[in-house]
Amino acid sequence: MNDTLNLKPGQVKGDTGIWEMVIGLEIHAQISSKSKLFSGASASFGSDANSSVSLVDAAMPGMLPVINKFCVEQAVKTGLALNAQINNTSVFDRKNYFYADLPQGYQISQFTKPIVGEGEIVIDLDDGNQTTIGIERLHLEQDAGKSLHDQHPTKSFIDLNRTGVALMEIVSKPDIRSPQEAGAYVKKIRSILRYIGACDGNMEEGSLRADCNVSVRKQGDAFGTRCEIKNLNSIRFIIQAIQSEAERQVDIIEAGGKIKQETRLFDTSTGETRSMRSKEDAHDYRYFPDPDLLPLEFSDSWVKEIKGTLPELPDTLKKRLVNDYGITDYDASILVEEKDFVDFYLEAANGVDGKLTANWMITELFGALKKENIMFLNSPVTPQKLGELIALISKGVISGKIAKDVFSDMMVTKKSPSEIVKEKGLEQVSDDKAIMKLIDKVISENQDKVKDYLGGKDKLLGFFVGQVMKLSQGKANPGLVNKLLKESLK
Amino acid sequence: MSDLLNLDLSSAQKSLKNREISSVELTKAYLDAIEKTSSLGAYIDLQKDYALEMAKNSDKKINQGVAGPLEGIPIGVKDMFCTKDIKTTASSKILENFYPTYESTVTQNLWNDGAVMLGKLSCDEFAMGSSNETAAKGNVINPWSKTIPMSPGGSSGGSAAAVASRSALAATGTDTGGSIRQPAAFCGITGLKPTYGRCSRWGIVAFSSSLDQAGPLTRTVSDAAIMLNSMAGYDNKDSTSANLEMPDLTSYLDKSIKGKKIGIPKEYTQDGISQDIVSFYETSIQFLKDSGAEIIPVSLPHTKYALPVYYIIAPAEASSNLARYDGVRYGTRKEAESLDDMYELTRGEGFGDEVQRRIMIGTYVLSSGYYDAYYLKAQKVRRLIKEDFDNTFENVDFLLTPSTPSTAFELGQKQDPLTMYLNDIFTVPASLAGLPGISIPVGLDKAGLPVGIQLIANSFDEPNLISVAHTLEKSANFNVIAQGAAK
Repeated sequence: MNDTLNLKPGQVKGDTGIWEMVIGLEIHAQISSKSKLFSGASASFGSDANSSVSLVDAAMPGMLPVINKFCVEQAVKTGLALNAQINNTSVFDRKNYFYADLPQGYQISQFTKPIVGEGEIVIDLDDGNQTTIGIERLHLEQDAGKSLHDQHPTKSFIDLNRTGVALMEIVSKPDIRSPQEAGAYVKKIRSILRYIGACDGNMEEGSLRADCNVSVRKQGDAFGTRCEIKNLNSIRFIIQAIQSEAERQVDIIEAGGKIKQETRLFDTSTGETRSMRSKEDAHDYRYFPDPDLLPLEFSDSWVKEIKGTLPELPDTLKKRLVNDYGITDYDASILVEEKDFVDFYLEAANGVDGKLTANWMITELFGALKKENIMFLNSPVTPQKLGELIALISKGVISGKIAKDVFSDMMVTKKSPSEIVKEKGLEQVSDDKAIMKLIDKVISENQDKVKDYLGGKDKLLGFFVGQVMKLSQGKANPGLVNKLLKESLK
Repeated sequence: MSDLLNLDLSSAQKSLKNREISSVELTKAYLDAIEKTSSLGAYIDLQKDYALEMAKNSDKKINQGVAGPLEGIPIGVKDMFCTKDIKTTASSKILENFYPTYESTVTQNLWNDGAVMLGKLSCDEFAMGSSNETAAKGNVINPWSKTIPMSPGGSSGGSAAAVASRSALAATGTDTGGSIRQPAAFCGITGLKPTYGRCSRWGIVAFSSSLDQAGPLTRTVSDAAIMLNSMAGYDNKDSTSANLEMPDLTSYLDKSIKGKKIGIPKEYTQDGISQDIVSFYETSIQFLKDSGAEIIPVSLPHTKYALPVYYIIAPAEASSNLARYDGVRYGTRKEAESLDDMYELTRGEGFGDEVQRRIMIGTYVLSSGYYDAYYLKAQKVRRLIKEDFDNTFENVDFLLTPSTPSTAFELGQKQDPLTMYLNDIFTVPASLAGLPGISIPVGLDKAGLPVGIQLIANSFDEPNLISVAHTLEKSANFNVIAQGAAK
């Protein structure tokens, strides 16, 4: 039974021993583009049903697709950020199937010749280790529309706003070995996409979704039969779904059964996966090159030009934070996880103590935002104000303890720290004379303790410091109080 | 009135410009002619009021001196072209009440240049056919028919019949495997299929995207040059449209062909061709020789595979292109309990037999397990066919071939689809290679039916194709009017 307790992430304990998970992910990332992949219609989220539909999206007779160059750029940018092979010639294919929310009767995708080939990324694991996950390919494709089946007793409603919106499908190699790694992988991809601005990574709005391919095997064995869990839209669900699917597969195999290759759905209410369609029912998509579109071709120099526009990516940024700002590896990992975090940090730490800024941001700011349930982007404390607070601490204008009170005030009032300090008169007292006055008062009121101290009870120093600080309402410079007290009590 | 109908496009253009006639007069003459020839069934939608309104407008422009190149010229439009607010059915029941909210680029180009729209012309359903017999609204009769109704050819059968019967001064057509050239040959008129990419496909109901190309059907080569001048042009809404300037084709009409090399492909004179056509073909070779061209025998060894390749690629693309006619958003819908049943009923009733046959063939050749053996193989052979032409055009300027293996046949005569497909045997290779081809009438066979001869040029060499076609036209001097034409 002790084995169960010692299981590593990604291991499943069965009656016959320990099983290992093999996981591959297909991430669908909506490109942050104003217009769709092959039409000029708006690609914005949340407009009225069927209000962003062009003649091309509605597949009217004689309409033709024209590639959106911006989307091609984003795919190339992403490929470069994933350290992947950029294919200067790629081909759009038609994936044919009938469905009411697929007006053309086919989805334009890339099948045999994707725009981006093999690459790899490094992911950070919870135990502080890193591992490399291979990228199989990245291709461009159109999204389908949306079917609404619950609006009418006998009819389905179709909303074509999403029809034709540009997606990148990023396919990993089956290199992932635990649900936690899968989560870290999605986080990393999302972070990269946000850094380069290719996708907003918003999983709630469906801008980023993942299909997970899961199989199990005994370590060293060949890959088992996999099942694909479709359309997971949160990292938590990805982790839950993979775990439960792997356990389901182990149960079946150990009971003498065989895994059927199939597509499954994750039921968020039960936390389990259920069958959607088996391989036998799978569509024959009849892929063939779309004759309405020429092969996508671009030059090396164009790719180079795009490479020049890439921002600093999380991995290099992390190294820079550790080297130039003197912060810990761990803190740097947290800060580079989201582009918004690191942007905030770099602005806040500008000209002030970087290590202190990181501590305050990660402990105080993140803590307060979490407690108040405020989105990071809506933080009442701006980078500029946090930087100001750090400066006040570093310069000794306020103590760290007072700074916490000022910070709480900032969270509520959105005022600048200097303003709060001034209004409330919280400036630290670093004036020898003023502090000596307080010390004299404490000594005269506690003569018995002075005797004890002088008699050898050194520990009592803390008591005296505490009394002086109390008298100063916390404003006295604690270092100075210490020093002056020691001198006075000689 | 008959005087007006006697004017070909180039002459009408001059008379209009000189204000010897008005567009309203000319348009009325054609509207009368359409009425007189209505039994041919060429028009499926007549736009009488709209035509007169356009004609009036053209007359105003001519008077103001701001006339376009086609100002006031009444033409007919194949029903494959989407026309704004005017019913566009592609001769199919599945689109029987479809009114586009947009105008195809090619027809818009024509209206911009002043052309007057008489109405929409019948064709084979979704341009799939070589006899115009697959049209949902029924057959079109070839104006050359005597006692037995003959086919006008297809798929642009309505366009060819309208021009030959003088119920349109010119017409637009689309050609996927011969759909302009074959009906032009059957109806004794000129049919020009431009290079793939020369005319925008935007707004033309798609049959086979890698092959479809718009072009004119006209009385003369000169008329074809004038029409294509207006129809062609780069369109950024069609990714396959060529961004190339085309010179004024009419300036090439009278260019000498002295020293030009004409290739005679040996593969185009095989068994099964009507003897009359062979002898007209030989006469045509002689005409060109007499005009100073050099005649060179050539070989295009992969020609024999062109038809099977075509009947894999075109249906494959069609099966996907026609998936959008699903009853969900527009067109015919047959209500049913489930979505799949609705699809089956709608498409089962909406599409005719030939269209269903091609959708099934296309679905089959693309399905997993058959893709490599059919579609992929066909694409490879298509490349070889293209290479045959590329190699040949290193040594010759044009190719001369018969347009069709036979002259017009009786309606209902060819029941077997394979026999029907053989009609396109001489037109399909150039389509697969994307090359421009023109069919011009050179005479009548013993049955009194027109014979068409095809000239093929290298990609985007329409200007020189016009020169050689005009030379042959002058030599052949074919000036017989169909007996079914309006007088």
